[in-house]
Amino acid sequence: MGMRKVAVIGAGMTKFVRRALETPKELSWLAVQQALQSCELTMDDIEAVCMGTAPDSFDGLHMKGEYLSDGAGGWRKPYMRSYVGGGTGVFVPIQGWYHVASGLFDVVLVVAEEKMSSFYPHAQAAFLTIFDHTTERPLKPNLLWIFALEMNRYMNTYGIAKEDIARVSVLHKRNAADHPAALLGDANITVEDVLKSEVLAWPVQRLDVSPVTDGAVAIILAAEHVAKRLTDKPVWIEGVGWCLDTAYWTNRDLAYPRYVEYAARMAYEMAGIKEPKKEIHIAEPYDPFDYKALHHLEGLQLAERGQAVQMYIDGTAARDGNLPICPSGGLLGVGNPIAAAGLMKIAELFWQLRGEAGARQVPGQPRRGLAQAWGDLMQVGTVVIMGR
Amino acid sequence: MSERVAIIGVGWAGFHTKTQELSYKEMVYQAAMRAYDDAGVDARADIQSFVTVAEDFHEGTSIFDEYTPDQIGGALMPVHTIAGDGLHGLATAYMLIKTGQCDVVAVEGHCKASNILTLPEITLYAQDPVLNRPLNLNSEFIAGLEMNRYLYESGTSREQCAAVVVKNRRNALLNPLASYPADLSLEYVLEGPPVAWPLTKHEIAPTCDAAVVMVLASEEKARHFSENPIWILGMGWCNDSYSLENRQWGSLAYIQKAAHMAYRMAGFQNPQRMIDFAEVDDQYAYRELMTLEALGLVAEGSAGFLCAEGYTSLQGELPVNVSGGSLGMGHFLDATGLVRTLEAVLQLRAQAGLHQLEDVEVGLVQSWRGLPTTSGAVAILSNM
Repeated sequence: MGMRKVAVIGAGMTKFVRRALETPKELSWLAVQQALQSCELTMDDIEAVCMGTAPDSFDGLHMKGEYLSDGAGGWRKPYMRSYVGGGTGVFVPIQGWYHVASGLFDVVLVVAEEKMSSFYPHAQAAFLTIFDHTTERPLKPNLLWIFALEMNRYMNTYGIAKEDIARVSVLHKRNAADHPAALLGDANITVEDVLKSEVLAWPVQRLDVSPVTDGAVAIILAAEHVAKRLTDKPVWIEGVGWCLDTAYWTNRDLAYPRYVEYAARMAYEMAGIKEPKKEIHIAEPYDPFDYKALHHLEGLQLAERGQAVQMYIDGTAARDGNLPICPSGGLLGVGNPIAAAGLMKIAELFWQLRGEAGARQVPGQPRRGLAQAWGDLMQVGTVVIMGR
Repeated sequence: MSERVAIIGVGWAGFHTKTQELSYKEMVYQAAMRAYDDAGVDARADIQSFVTVAEDFHEGTSIFDEYTPDQIGGALMPVHTIAGDGLHGLATAYMLIKTGQCDVVAVEGHCKASNILTLPEITLYAQDPVLNRPLNLNSEFIAGLEMNRYLYESGTSREQCAAVVVKNRRNALLNPLASYPADLSLEYVLEGPPVAWPLTKHEIAPTCDAAVVMVLASEEKARHFSENPIWILGMGWCNDSYSLENRQWGSLAYIQKAAHMAYRMAGFQNPQRMIDFAEVDDQYAYRELMTLEALGLVAEGSAGFLCAEGYTSLQGELPVNVSGGSLGMGHFLDATGLVRTLEAVLQLRAQAGLHQLEDVEVGLVQSWRGLPTTSGAVAILSNM
């Protein structure tokens, strides 16, 4: 017997905002409601729920998954929360995938929610608690710091200029201007704006970074026989991959994300993809920082090492280019509610591949897309390949 | 697609109330090495994916999944964490194998509760931040409310709940992995200090440290690696309302639903007749009784009477928590489901030692994620 095919049949998301007035449960429910409406289902049709949400410390909620359960539709249903840090947003659809592909369920709701604004004064302080309590936490590191290390290493290894990296931020934020749910869309932003923005930890500047955001996204997955009954345009999950590297991140080569490569190879193999550069038509690499999009495109084998930036220079990455990158606007433009940001990329591929992306629609009827997220201590890659 | 899934290796470490000499990573490493050795697998070559269970606040580290891969041999491999009980982890590994994408998967769960100085305060952080937390009540008031409602609705007595404590802690006398064995009288339990009326101190399971790792495999690989595979016949899990204000208090609908899912998968029309023994949640003594009713293993309202009469004792018709349960072994937070699955595996392999049951073929394991959650899971295991 072959593997069960799994399709995405519906998607919904809240607006991504800086400070949501809704509780985390309410945000989850708003996204779920939209996803259900998009495929004309009700909670009665949902057999199980998968939840993605990253650290409990943002909300100061122990067992946050349990707290979110009824808001996310987990009432009297099989419900589980998975997490792989920042990679969670693209992992939770993988969790949904194995729920369906295993044959245990036919229709599964996948929800990702994050509310970062509850943390006062700034969610950045919550990240102090992700570091090793003995060897690293006493140094009081924060994420901007370690990204500055990695960005420096990346620029230095391949001789990439900051001016060129800034192009990533410009393209993504311009793309986001067409996204109705985006927090930081800006049709007129320029490279100069990025280079003139406040320095946070050299070489990271404010506009190199995605914003702290609140939001939720939900998608609905169905087994082949159900998907074909419910929609004319199912979008299939063709490949999934995930890979977690050692916790000892300080021993890692920061110039190249090998864990992303392994996750991508797992997904390509499952999808039967031999030449990713030709066979992937849209890519939504994880872009919490502008250089990260480049870093990940290389790990995903969509660009040679140190060459990803050329895609932004020669227009390949543009929405009408040969391989559009983050046509949604990505985390830099739409916003970065950690787990929800990753699932937003999956929702974007769903809309793009169905030709329902409105002003953001990539021309030429793309057939196959890839979404990727990353997280933990520069440690995890999660990849999903979707196709018509 | 793989037809059946089996547990082919188990390993454990710890089972002490305090573990000064080892870090959680060292405990997990020991458990993993024993499990891989028991299964006869090479972790780096034979295992395709790893599942761990953990909660950030229990570990004192945010995004705790960061620290999971190294000690289980999972670095640069597909590893992920489930914020759930060990049985949720087991169900995840089961699903991964059933997809056909993996044929050998490892599951890890650990608990180093002795590192947690302020467990009640941490549990307080699990209460609804707007509606409940401002009351600043130790979460055990929820257990008190639930017990009271259950006693009222089912006609169960406090003495019958106390009999669960006496039974489980006596069972623990025969289990070398149990940290709280004791031969107690009913009066001693009943006269313990009240915590949240009608719940008393001795009816609450204290915590304990342990790490458990299990290796699961598809039928083909199980037959290749193992001489005594323990088959997973069914798995079920379910949540109810998290809000205290609108949950059902006198019975456990989520356990009932989780059990139905597992029975359906196992093809059990009449679970009472099929199941030889059960390892069920007993973080609070009354929960064992409530759970047995929700599982459909005894008639509604009869659990208290049957337990007091010895129906669930070591020699009874349906031995429940022969390991000693959480009351006798201690409670292992997120690892509890795996600890109890370990007991079931050892029973089904006839390796349980002094408290070995005779001629057992099918065992049921059930877990609950503790206060204030309504999250439960069920697994049905068999050596046939």
